[in-house]
Amino acid sequence: MAIFINENTPIIVQGFTGRIGTFHAQEMIDYGTNVVGGVTPGKGGTTHLGRPVFNTVKGAVKETGAEASIVFVPPPFAADSIMEAADAGIKYCVCITDGIPTQDMIRVKRYMRRYKKENRMVLTGPNCAGTISPGKAMLGIMPGHIYSQGRVGIVGRSGTLGYEAAAQLKALGIGVSTSVGIGGDPINGSSFKDVLEHFAADPDTDAVMMIGEIGGPQEAEAGLYIRDHFKKPVVAYIAGLSAPKGRRMGHAGAIVSAFGEAAAEKVDILKSCGVNIAPTPSEMGSTIQKVLSGRKAA
Amino acid sequence: MDIHEYQAKELLSKFGVPVPRGGLAYSPEQASYRATEIGGSKWVVKAQIHSGARGKAGGIKVCSTEKELESAAENLLGRKLVTIQTGPAGKLVSRLYIEEATDIDREIYLSFVMDRAAERIVVVASAAGGMDIEEISHKQPETIIKVAVDPAVGMQSFQAREVSFGLGVEPELVSKLERVIMGCYRAFRDLDATLLEINPLVITKQKNVVALDAKMSFDENALFRRPQIAELRDKSQEDARETYANDRGLSYVGLDGDIGCIVNGAGLAMATLDMIKLAGGEPANFLDIGGGASPERVTKSFKAVLRDKNVKAILVNVFAGINRCDWVAKGVVDAVKELEIKMPIVVRLAGTNVEEGRKIIDQSGLTVISAETLADAAKKAVAAAKAA
Repeated sequence: MAIFINENTPIIVQGFTGRIGTFHAQEMIDYGTNVVGGVTPGKGGTTHLGRPVFNTVKGAVKETGAEASIVFVPPPFAADSIMEAADAGIKYCVCITDGIPTQDMIRVKRYMRRYKKENRMVLTGPNCAGTISPGKAMLGIMPGHIYSQGRVGIVGRSGTLGYEAAAQLKALGIGVSTSVGIGGDPINGSSFKDVLEHFAADPDTDAVMMIGEIGGPQEAEAGLYIRDHFKKPVVAYIAGLSAPKGRRMGHAGAIVSAFGEAAAEKVDILKSCGVNIAPTPSEMGSTIQKVLSGRKAA
Repeated sequence: MDIHEYQAKELLSKFGVPVPRGGLAYSPEQASYRATEIGGSKWVVKAQIHSGARGKAGGIKVCSTEKELESAAENLLGRKLVTIQTGPAGKLVSRLYIEEATDIDREIYLSFVMDRAAERIVVVASAAGGMDIEEISHKQPETIIKVAVDPAVGMQSFQAREVSFGLGVEPELVSKLERVIMGCYRAFRDLDATLLEINPLVITKQKNVVALDAKMSFDENALFRRPQIAELRDKSQEDARETYANDRGLSYVGLDGDIGCIVNGAGLAMATLDMIKLAGGEPANFLDIGGGASPERVTKSFKAVLRDKNVKAILVNVFAGINRCDWVAKGVVDAVKELEIKMPIVVRLAGTNVEEGRKIIDQSGLTVISAETLADAAKKAVAAAKAA
């Protein structure tokens, strides 16, 4: 098992025929992902990368039975595409698009609440690298070969820092069950806590590497959830120890605007919740290794 | 993106928020002309910079004669004003806003923020106006009123009334305050703001509700649909290094150290700065080169980093995912040759084709130092900057 996606999950690509959509759809197919088609309004009825193209997500779901989607639609139209996926019955959606206006995301989140939790689509991103269940399926833009298959879950805001963690783990012979990017935007589909809930229920995940950064309340919220409910060991690294207050560090959401949002403050909160801290970004893998070996000894 | 007080007031008045009469001045002569235009016998000269806490820094002067007005303007124009928010470099005053003085009876704090936990626009108000919000939440947290707006229907009148009555204003002023709150909400929503702060919002002795100050910031991701906001950008208020880099599509933040950084990905860039600090050095900048890390973008990044004259060494950290390390390495070597860079450069490559990439760096004959890991790269860059 893994979370969100596996080798059987039928997947469609929204923004399928565009330059970026085409490139990454091909990478996903080459990885072995079960891509069953795509959506580009106005190009329905044609074939792209050997798969059918549809005008609407509803049409694609009806014909292919798609359960997951990935959004490569440009920022002005991305929120609309996410809502279209939610309405069409897609169960899991990854949005890669960087640059969606915050108020659009507020509207998306409000729109999704019209569905009962059990019928509600799970969204991760936007502004993320996507999700990969190594050896099974890749719904994202990451280099698939840096991940080996295994039993550690990864959840993080940053794409490249997630790659760094996966590469460090691979070098130590440790594999990954699923790696999930939740993205660097201030309003995102799923929080750290939301993803941890899925890892909690996954029998094939033994421990979780959580990669946070400055800004927002989600790392602290995850800390409290871990303390009270999460039984598997968690290692966290928080980027931005040297970030000045009030400055946006690349990601739209990476800005310290309130108490508890600085990296040092988040580290303190997580420590007090019993989370293991990787003191530097080059010790993410070794800290996981330490935690795992301690667990076996016990 | 931040804008000036006078620009925010102009926008807000279009949404029905009353503001004092005022006008812009670029010279002392203009300042006194504006005062004559406004009339009355008392004016306020306000330095227009992108920062709060201007009053404490001497950026706001109350004047009652033309002479006072001209000397205040003379004194402020062309000066760098240092506030607790600007950092030691301060910000250049090139515009003044001349405003009629207001008879203040009461001061209120009112702001609209994008609340990340609630995932909604939230109104924050306090009867303790004049203090900044950190001070209020520290000293008088019980005075803070918060109301979240449901994005499906927008702000409702009853919510504005709740805030108004919560502030304890006289009943006959509630409808005026309600109009101000609703106007601010519409401005925030319709213009894709991320922050709107009126501090203070005052009740005058004549029983009017007036925005005495106004601060607005906007969502940069939404500027494509708000051209009228995009053109309010004032580059003179930005760090010149940042303006240069950002205008070339690079995500750059200027810092105070001497190690220039070029990294792909915002998270990895922050982590690289952390590693430099932990290794005992000080980063000169944050720079996310973005996806692709093409040779052109590598060259652009070097140019941006080198505009900072404090830089003594450069650290390049690229995790090549979709692209290849040998390609990135070639981009680095070409850029160093083209720009004739003499200072030490530490390059750490990881990901696809890393061996080929390192070989290109090592065989380039340039003063480029290869590093294997993030920790190794930071250590070498710190040592190089210290030796320089």
